[in-house]
Amino acid sequence: MSTTALEPIAHHSTVIEHDGHHGGLIPIAPERQLQFNRLGMWLFIISETFLFAGILIMRIVLGRNEDGFTRPELSQSLGLLITSILLVSSFFVNRAEVAIKHNDRFQFNLSTFLAILLGLIFVGGVVYEWDEALNHFKPDGHIEGGLFFFMTGVHALHVITGVLFLLIVFFNGIRGHYSSKSHWGVESAALYWHFVDVVWVFFYVALYLIGTVPETVAH
Amino acid sequence: MLIPRPLRILYHIGLLRGLVVGIIAMIAGMILTNIVRAAFGMDTMDLMLPLKALFGSTVWQARTNPDTATEIVTGMGAIFFTLGFLAGVGSMNDWFAWSIGRKGGDGHFHPKEGIPTWTRYFSFDTNHKVVGIQYGLTSVLVLMVGGLFALIFRTELAQPGLQFLNNQQYNNYIGIHGLLMIAAVLLGVGALSNYLVPIMIGAQDMAFPRLNGFSYWIGVPAAILLLMALPMGGFDTGWTAYPPLSVKAPLGMQFVLLSIFILGFQSIVGSINLLVTIFMMRAPGMTWFRMPIFVWGVLAASLLQFTATQFFGLAFISVLIERWVNIPFYDPARGGNVTLYQHIFWFYSHPTVYIWVLPGLGVISEILPVFSRKPLFGYKPIALSSMAIAFMGYLVWAHHMFTSAMDPFLRLPFMLTTLTIAVPTGIKFFNWIGTLWGGKIHISTPMLFSLGAFILFLLGGLTGPPNGLVVTGIHLHDTHWVVAHFHITVFGGFLFSLLSAIYFWFPKMTGKMFNEFLGRVHFWFMFGGFATFALSLFRIGVLGMPRRYADYDSAWGFGSLNMLATIGAFAAGGSMLIFIFNMAFSARYGVKAAPNPWRSRSLEWQIASPVPEFNFSAIPEIVGHPYDYGLPGAVYAILSPEDQVAPLEDAYTPLDQPEAVGSGIAAVPVAGD
Repeated sequence: MSTTALEPIAHHSTVIEHDGHHGGLIPIAPERQLQFNRLGMWLFIISETFLFAGILIMRIVLGRNEDGFTRPELSQSLGLLITSILLVSSFFVNRAEVAIKHNDRFQFNLSTFLAILLGLIFVGGVVYEWDEALNHFKPDGHIEGGLFFFMTGVHALHVITGVLFLLIVFFNGIRGHYSSKSHWGVESAALYWHFVDVVWVFFYVALYLIGTVPETVAH
Repeated sequence: MLIPRPLRILYHIGLLRGLVVGIIAMIAGMILTNIVRAAFGMDTMDLMLPLKALFGSTVWQARTNPDTATEIVTGMGAIFFTLGFLAGVGSMNDWFAWSIGRKGGDGHFHPKEGIPTWTRYFSFDTNHKVVGIQYGLTSVLVLMVGGLFALIFRTELAQPGLQFLNNQQYNNYIGIHGLLMIAAVLLGVGALSNYLVPIMIGAQDMAFPRLNGFSYWIGVPAAILLLMALPMGGFDTGWTAYPPLSVKAPLGMQFVLLSIFILGFQSIVGSINLLVTIFMMRAPGMTWFRMPIFVWGVLAASLLQFTATQFFGLAFISVLIERWVNIPFYDPARGGNVTLYQHIFWFYSHPTVYIWVLPGLGVISEILPVFSRKPLFGYKPIALSSMAIAFMGYLVWAHHMFTSAMDPFLRLPFMLTTLTIAVPTGIKFFNWIGTLWGGKIHISTPMLFSLGAFILFLLGGLTGPPNGLVVTGIHLHDTHWVVAHFHITVFGGFLFSLLSAIYFWFPKMTGKMFNEFLGRVHFWFMFGGFATFALSLFRIGVLGMPRRYADYDSAWGFGSLNMLATIGAFAAGGSMLIFIFNMAFSARYGVKAAPNPWRSRSLEWQIASPVPEFNFSAIPEIVGHPYDYGLPGAVYAILSPEDQVAPLEDAYTPLDQPEAVGSGIAAVPVAGD
């Protein structure tokens, strides 16, 4: 809804010409449309929350086995690193949103770019992590390892979607498509990015922190 | 114009464009997946094999016993087909335009020179009424196909022994019947809510018209994929797709999983759209407790739908992932847990019953006061009971699992929540009786169907507690009693309400009147046939005949009851042909209907039939209650004189209008809530 939604729709007079009996469309005020968009976006995020909650429930249920509640054998430092990178990217996304609210185009473009870069580094980190993890376990081995690939995979898919949104925002941004008054595209992409980020905080805890690594892992 | 007109018209039919682009994208996607797989050194699928099997005598082994390459390549083909279809239909044009910084269209219908307007019903359109009719037509079509499968295996069950189906075919048909009917009912909910909600709340369209068109069109490739499951080897799990069987099922299973996953998008974006519309676009003066009850039903159903559907998607996609990359979610030997699937699955699949039924019960609440000429008894309890049912709907899922590996301790709390849900449902029934009581009842086809829905849903409700109680539930589990129970619930709660709604709003949609005689014939065949079917099945179920079996021992003596059930099913199914004839014939040759033939107070009946492109030329103002039938001087809404084509209902007295349908009994207006 980035560009059209905020401009008053001026075509409705043409519709009246087609049918003289009744009136045409009463245009929806931009501020009102923005409220619709925000509510719709938040409802979408609530909906997505149920998906990730379901995955976390799977992790909790399947994590319990004969060794107690276990977690996969993962590189703690790498996990902490990519988590930090994703959190920092959220900071830049927020910075971009604040910048466009103040019509600061340079900061906006720079911050969006940095956020995309950090997002891509995060995806790269996940791929590296997968490569490392494959030394210890396979997706088709024990469910614990399988869940690691499933959870990081589903999340990475959302991160890639978020990066695509940010890329759209970035390329439209450098061509001057947003302003302090009209930047729903930026706002929605930022909201989505923050959400994906918050999901990772939970996934990080679920995969890296809770539970114990069993002594005898069948490699 | 160099292109001849017929070709231009064909090009402007979005459905055909979508199919062409979709098939091209499917082939491209399958080749691409093969290339990527080959590049990573994985085995590939011989793409000529399905064609050879189709036109030659080669047996396509992978159909019934799929290898991973076939699964992933055909699966990616299905995903590319869906994306290509959606792009080809044109449902994402404006979004593409926005994302590359272009302005895009205005999102409204503009007639094109030389292209007939009927093409808009087969193309991407953003008008909520067009989308609603698209949903409705698709729903009836899918309903008929699903019903046909039911009649096929019902005929097989009429007598003991296997007559013309083998076990595999029987399994395929019960599974595809269940899923097609679920799709049909969800499409029917979409039809009612998309068509009615914006008009009922006094809005010109939905909050997100483009998303609305998109949410319809994503259902079409899903339905096509679902039907593809049969030629692709079928699936022997039934509609529930329980692992580990679904992990090992033929190739058709993955088309089912993908199809339902894609259909989930329709549910989620459709319900979010409805929620934003209901929250934000109500006309001035329409407070929460002045909303029509149907809108309350849709609100409650949408709240369930936009959250719980994610669990359905999760359940199905996890099975798909186990099939594709062998992550052992549901393989206990490698730490998986089969019961987990049932929890995730039923966390959606029980609430989905309320997603169907709540709008259906809303329709009954709309129709009863109109045909009783009395205020709806207990507006607030009815409205809030929908919300209570929606909330309770989240807490009852494990009553489907009393015989599973779930901890037996959990049966008790789920039994209690299950029985508690009878309370808000009972509130609706008592208030409906209160509405009918002392009313001036007019029996017309919509009212007949609503009363039929009332009776059937009551029977469905009363046969629920024996399933919910652990003691009896374990005996009745997986018998035909359960089959009869959920069929009677869905028939009463949704299908009869849907038919009632179609008859009721048919004059509004088409501007024509249906044939009342054929409508009544349809009702009596449908009601009688279905009641015969359901009551026979209840009996067979209590006696212990299990469901999902193609055959039964003649010594059990179920033959005559099964024959009776089959006859009933044919009567009900055949009556749908009368319905379709009536609708199609009346839409073209029917008598012109008055703008407000039922003398309803609701907003949609005050305006012209068929409804103008943008419903209202000025947003109406709501000043009173929607159901104050028979109360002198009660005003519901003030419309602009341009819109108000129907005479004000409040001016009505039965003596003034000799064309009033049916005959009244009592004429004393009773004040309701």
